[in-house]
Amino acid sequence: MEQLIQQIASGLANGAIYASLALALVMIFVSTDHINFAQGEMAMFSAYLCWQVMQWGLNFWIALPLVALGSFLAGVAIQRMILQPLHNAPVLSVVVVFIGLLTIFHSLAGGIWSFTIKEFPSPFPKVAFAGSGYLGSHQVGMILVTLLLLFGLYAFFRFTPLGLAMRAAAQNPGSARLVGVRVDWMLALGWGLAAVVGAVAGTMVAPVVYLEPNMMASILLYGFAGALVGGISSPGGAVAGGFIVGVLENLIAYFGNLLEKTSGIYVIGNGEKLSVALVIVIIVLTLKPDGLFGQVSIKRV
Amino acid sequence: MATTTNPTSQAPVAAPGGVAWRPWWIWIGLAGLALLPFVGGKTGLISNFAFLQLSLMIVYAIAVLGLNLLTGFNGQISLGHGAFFAVGAYTAAILIDQANWPFWATLPMAALACFVAGYLFGLPALRLEGHYLALATFALAVAVPQILKYRHFEPFTKGVQGINIFKADPPFALPLSSDQWMFLVVLAVAIVMFWAARNLLDSRIGRALRAIRDQPLAADTMGVNSSHYKAVTFGISALYTGVAGALHAIIFEFVSPDSFRFELSIAILVGAVVGGIASLPGAVIGGVFVQAIEKYADALTKKISATVHLPLELQPWTIYGIALIILIYTMPTGVAGGLSTLRRRLKRP
Amino acid sequence: MAKLLEVSGLKAYYGSTQALFDVNLALDQGGVITLLGANGAGKSTTLRAICGMVRTGGSIRLDGQPIGGKATEDIVRLGVGHVPEGRGTFARLTVDENLRVATHARRDKAAVERDRDMVLEYFPILKERLTQQAGTLSGGEQQMLAISRALMLGPRLMLLDEPSFGLAPLIVQEIFRIMRRINSEARVSMLLVEQNAALALDLADHAYVLETGRVVLSGEAAVVKSDAAIRKSYLGY
Repeated sequence: MEQLIQQIASGLANGAIYASLALALVMIFVSTDHINFAQGEMAMFSAYLCWQVMQWGLNFWIALPLVALGSFLAGVAIQRMILQPLHNAPVLSVVVVFIGLLTIFHSLAGGIWSFTIKEFPSPFPKVAFAGSGYLGSHQVGMILVTLLLLFGLYAFFRFTPLGLAMRAAAQNPGSARLVGVRVDWMLALGWGLAAVVGAVAGTMVAPVVYLEPNMMASILLYGFAGALVGGISSPGGAVAGGFIVGVLENLIAYFGNLLEKTSGIYVIGNGEKLSVALVIVIIVLTLKPDGLFGQVSIKRV
Repeated sequence: MATTTNPTSQAPVAAPGGVAWRPWWIWIGLAGLALLPFVGGKTGLISNFAFLQLSLMIVYAIAVLGLNLLTGFNGQISLGHGAFFAVGAYTAAILIDQANWPFWATLPMAALACFVAGYLFGLPALRLEGHYLALATFALAVAVPQILKYRHFEPFTKGVQGINIFKADPPFALPLSSDQWMFLVVLAVAIVMFWAARNLLDSRIGRALRAIRDQPLAADTMGVNSSHYKAVTFGISALYTGVAGALHAIIFEFVSPDSFRFELSIAILVGAVVGGIASLPGAVIGGVFVQAIEKYADALTKKISATVHLPLELQPWTIYGIALIILIYTMPTGVAGGLSTLRRRLKRP
Repeated sequence: MAKLLEVSGLKAYYGSTQALFDVNLALDQGGVITLLGANGAGKSTTLRAICGMVRTGGSIRLDGQPIGGKATEDIVRLGVGHVPEGRGTFARLTVDENLRVATHARRDKAAVERDRDMVLEYFPILKERLTQQAGTLSGGEQQMLAISRALMLGPRLMLLDEPSFGLAPLIVQEIFRIMRRINSEARVSMLLVEQNAALALDLADHAYVLETGRVVLSGEAAVVKSDAAIRKSYLGY
C-alpha cells in the first residue's frame, strides 16, 4: 500500500512536468491551430541555458528568471519571423518547419554543450518533512513551482486586460480585430509564454533525468498524451491531463510489476512506459480526439 | 460550444505536366548503372565502399518513395516512417538469422509484414487529419526503440545487442564482390518498385488517391471509399519503406533497436521534402540527399566550424534543420519541383 | 467642416473577384447614413472595405485621414466600431468580458467607466447577464451586446451590419430606439446597413441604394421614404 501511494505521489510529481508541457502545447494550439513539435527541444535548450548561467556563478533563482525572459523573447521572435509568414501555408509545410526547429535546437544544444550527460543540481534544499517517505524534496519543489506557474498564468489570463485580449484573439481572431486587438502580436505573446512554461518545466526536470540533449523527447510524448487526454483545446484540461498521465503511467508500471512478482508473468513494466504513452495517444485520437474537457470540433465543409 | 477547423491538409501539389520520365536517357542511365559493377569494379575505379554508398542511396530513395506515396499523393502526414523501416529491417534480419532464409525471399515477407502494419496503423489514423496524424506518427516514432526492446520480443530480436547477419555471396560465381552484387540487387528492386509506383499512380487508384488528397469531402460524395483507400495507402507506403528497411538490414548486416530512433523518421521526411514530396524523381533525389548528407555532413560541418571559428561544434542536423526551413520558404515542392518549374520556364519561347 | 467619412471610387475584391465598383459615400459628423439593397448587393462588403477586412482600391478617408490599406485593428483604434453580420460576440467569454475586451487599449479609466454606465443604462438586460457566457444569450441580447461592445471602444463612427437580422419586431424597435439615442446623446455617427428599409430610413439622414456593387441611388432618407415610385423600383415596396 505504501508503495502504491509512493507511485501515485511520484506520478503527480512527474505529472507536474507533463502538465506544464501540455499547457505550453495547448496555448500554442488554441491560438494558432498548430502543434509545436519543437516544444520539448526548446525546453531542453532553456534548461541548458540555465545550467550555463549557473556555471557562470549565478544562483538558480536568479538564472531562471533571466532564462525565462530570454526564452520568452526567443518564442516571440520565432513566431513573428518564422511562423507568422506561413499562416496560410499547408499543414505539412508548417509541420516540417516545426521539425526543422526541433532538429536545430536539439543539435545546437549538442554542438554547444556536447552530448555527454551533465548533472543539474536541484535548486531545492534537502529538507525533511512530513510525507518525505513518498516524495523527495525536489519532487515537492517541482510540484510547487509548477502549481505556482500555472496559477500565475491562470490569473494572468483571467484577470488582466492583456490576458483577456489574448483569449479573445485565440477564440475569435476576426472579432478580436474588430475591438482593436493586435491579433498577430497576441499570437507572438502566446508563443513567448509557452516558451517560458517550457523553460520552467525543463529546468525542473533536468535534475531528475540529467541534462542531455535527448532528455525531453520522451517527456514531450507524455506531454502530448496529457494534452490529448485533457483536451487539446482546453488549457485547464491539458493540465489535468498531464497529471492524469503522470499517475497513470506509474500505476500501470506498478501493477505490471506486481503481476510479475506474484505470478511470474511479465506483461508490462517500467520499460514500456513510452509504449503506454503511444497507446494512450492512439486511443484518445481514435475514440475521443477532443479529450475529456475539450470542446467538440466541427469540420467546416 | 463548438469550434471549427479546416481539415484539408493540402500538400504542395506536384508540378503539373509533371514529368514523362520515360525518355530514352533514363534507360541509358539505368543500363549504365547496371554495368558499373562489371566495369568499374574490375578496373578498381569504384571501390566496394562506393558501391555500398550507392546502394544505400538507392535504399533511402525507396524509403523516401514510401513516404512520398503517402504524403505527396494522398495528403497524409507521417513523422513515423522509421517504424516501418524498422519492421522491414527486423523481418529480414530475423528470417535470415533464425530461419536461414535466403535474403531475396525475405523481401516479399518484409513487404507483407509492413503492408499489414501500415494498414493496421492506417485504420485508426483514418479519422485523423493534418497535425493530429503528425502527432500520432510522432508518438510512434519516439516509441519505436522501446517497442523493439520489449521483453517478449527478445527471443526474436535479441534485444539491445541486436542481430548480426552476413551478406550473401553473388550467385553463379559471377566475378563480383558482395557489395557489387548487392548494388545490382538493390538497383533491380528499386527499378521494379518505382515502375510499380508509376503505374499505381497513373491508374484509377492513383486518381482516387489524388482526389482524396485534394478534396476529401468531395471525393467521399463521389463514391470514393476514402477510408479504405487511406488505410490501403498507408499500407502501401509502409510496404515501400519496409522493403527499404529490409534491404538496409541486408546490406548493413546489422540491426538493433537503437538504429531506429526518431532521427531516422526525420531523415526520411527530410529526404522527401528536399527531393519533392509529390514526385517520383524527387524520391531519388531525396534518397541521394539523405545518404550523401549522412556521409559527408560531418566533414562539411567540421570544415565550416574551423573556417568560421564558431564557439560550438556545428552539427549536421543544425544544417538540416535550417535547410528544411529555408526550403519550405523557397522551394516547397522540393528540388524536383524546382527543376520541373525550371524546365517549363526554359521551354517557353 | 470635413466630413467624418468620405469614400470615393471605392473598389473591393474577394480574391480576384471584384465586388464593389466605384462606390461613393459621404457621412457628416453626427449623421446617420444607410446602405440599402438586395442580398449580395455589396452592402456588407462596403463595411468590410471601410474596416480593412478586404482588399480595396480607391479612397477612404476618416476625418480627412486616409485609412485605405490599414490593418483592421488599426482602423478600429482610430475610432471605428464595427458591429458585424452575425454579431461576432465572443461566445465563450462572459458578457462582462466581452465589454471589457473592447477597452483594453483605452487609457482613460474615467471615460471607460462612464461609457460602461451609459451602455448598461441603454441595455439594462445586460447588467443582469454580466457573468453569463455570451453564447447563451438570446439573439436580441447578443445584438445589444455587440452594439455595446462597439460603444465601449469610444468610437466616433459605428458601422452596423443588419442589426435587425433574425430578431423579433419588438426587439428590433427597441434596438433602433437606442441607436437613435446613441446617435443624438453620445454623438456617434453611424453607417447602417439594413434589409429593413423602412426602419433604416426612419433613422437615417441620407440613404444609398446598392445594386451588384454599384450605387444606383443616393438621396435624402426622408425623400426616398416618401417617394412611392422610388421605393417600388429600388426597394421593392
